[in-house]
Amino acid sequence: MDRAAVAFEDVTCTFAGRDGARPYTAVKGVTLSIGEGEFVSIVGPTGCGKSTLLNVAAGLLRPSSGGVRIQGERLTGINRRAGYMFQAEALMPWRSALGNVAAGLEFRGADRREARRRGEEWLERVGLSGFGDRYPHQLSGGMRKRVSLAQMLILEPPILLMDEPFSALDIQTRQLMENELLELWSANRKSVIFITHDLEEAISLSDRVVVLSAGPATHPIGEFAIDLPRPRDVAEIRLTPQFIALHDRIWRSMKEEVLKGYAQTRNRTAA
Amino acid sequence: MKRSTLRIWQALILVLIFVAWQALTQPGLLPPVVWDNPDRAAFFFGEPVKMFRVIWTWFADGTIYKHLWVTLEETVLAFVIGSLLGLAFGLWLGLSSTASTLLDPYITAMNAMPRVVLAPIFMVWFGLGIWSKVALGVTLVFFIVFFNVYQGVKEVSPVVLNNAVMLGASRRQLLRHVYLPSATSWVFSSLHTSVGMAFVGAVVGEYLGSAKGVGYLIQQAEGAFDINSVFAGILVLTAFALVLDYAVTHTERRLLRWRPAQSETEQL
Repeated sequence: MDRAAVAFEDVTCTFAGRDGARPYTAVKGVTLSIGEGEFVSIVGPTGCGKSTLLNVAAGLLRPSSGGVRIQGERLTGINRRAGYMFQAEALMPWRSALGNVAAGLEFRGADRREARRRGEEWLERVGLSGFGDRYPHQLSGGMRKRVSLAQMLILEPPILLMDEPFSALDIQTRQLMENELLELWSANRKSVIFITHDLEEAISLSDRVVVLSAGPATHPIGEFAIDLPRPRDVAEIRLTPQFIALHDRIWRSMKEEVLKGYAQTRNRTAA
Repeated sequence: MKRSTLRIWQALILVLIFVAWQALTQPGLLPPVVWDNPDRAAFFFGEPVKMFRVIWTWFADGTIYKHLWVTLEETVLAFVIGSLLGLAFGLWLGLSSTASTLLDPYITAMNAMPRVVLAPIFMVWFGLGIWSKVALGVTLVFFIVFFNVYQGVKEVSPVVLNNAVMLGASRRQLLRHVYLPSATSWVFSSLHTSVGMAFVGAVVGEYLGSAKGVGYLIQQAEGAFDINSVFAGILVLTAFALVLDYAVTHTERRLLRWRPAQSETEQL
């Protein structure tokens, strides 16, 4: 690994407390690097600042201290080499599926007709040909996620940032989407940071799993290389003994943190 | 209830109202209860039959068309100008927090002011023609659209915004492709109210001083104690407002196709 695609260098994010509340340190001293073409999942208990880390990599959030290097260059402003897939609904509701997919190309000054043509191509690639003129509210949750995926991939960013992109989907749709993602990814390997709280999803997709501690002041507490053979089928691989062994190992290191995170949220709601 | 039966019942209620009205006001038909003079009821409330006769003559000899046209012109102008101004100011104040904090008390004060009292001032400034009525309508429409657009800009989903940023949208493209569509949807949701307000501005303006328009017709009739013509004018205005409202509903449905409607939960 000579030049990392994304390198977090001692990143700390502290949010100013609102209405006299104490400042909250979401992420503290995170140093982590993701190699070119590597698929890295970041898992951790809920509310531990996983999304904060991703927003820093996207350039949407400036860290309080430390910084990020993208392919060796220090990141200032928005990360133009990254595509971001959000957890929540991010499609423009006033644009049709095709309009949404083609939006990135149009924003970057591509010819409108050319953008539409490539948009059609990408809709087909995510299995939505013929749905181009539908508006987001006319599509199901899974279809909207496919549109989001195409919207991100059409720009062919070398880095993909994905923030629990499939967490809102039912388990069957989710496994289908995960397989599709792996297929699209293996075609030309991008660097991926995939955030999830689902350990099984993390193991079945990734080359490496990074475990974060419970918040506040989240930091990585463990890294696990996933040496399962590719190509993988996310539903089948879960049944193999290697998978189960890995799951067991990672889960043991996570368990304590998950319980800590759970106790904190409970105290917060009780207070 | 079936749609056709519903319509029949609705029509029946209307007929019933007019029949009751006629029965209570026609001199000598029923023994007088409230007033001793049998003509008194007709003097205060008019008689539907005579009222319809007035409307018939207006349309038959065509005198009403020029008045309707003037009122329509004023309404449309007030609506368009007021909406554009409201849209521009709403976007500006919604996007610039400095401007909105600075101007906040003035906006609140101007909105709280009963703007109908501005009518005489507009009359002095713009004369008795259509522009004084347009100005009055604009002041009414502006605030409705302004507040809606302001709200619309403030409530743009941050995720949609960040997504557009990550897709490479510049500040101008964000305005054009995210803020503006979001704001226009809010403008359209207030369309019924703002068209109604433009109409109110036009009619009140005409009533206070003009030489044309339905409001002027009503004011003239009132001056001559011709209560039947006053009611005829009111009826024509009501019908006119219904037509406008129908046109608005139609436009709205075409332009806001992307918005999920309650009845349209077509999921695949």
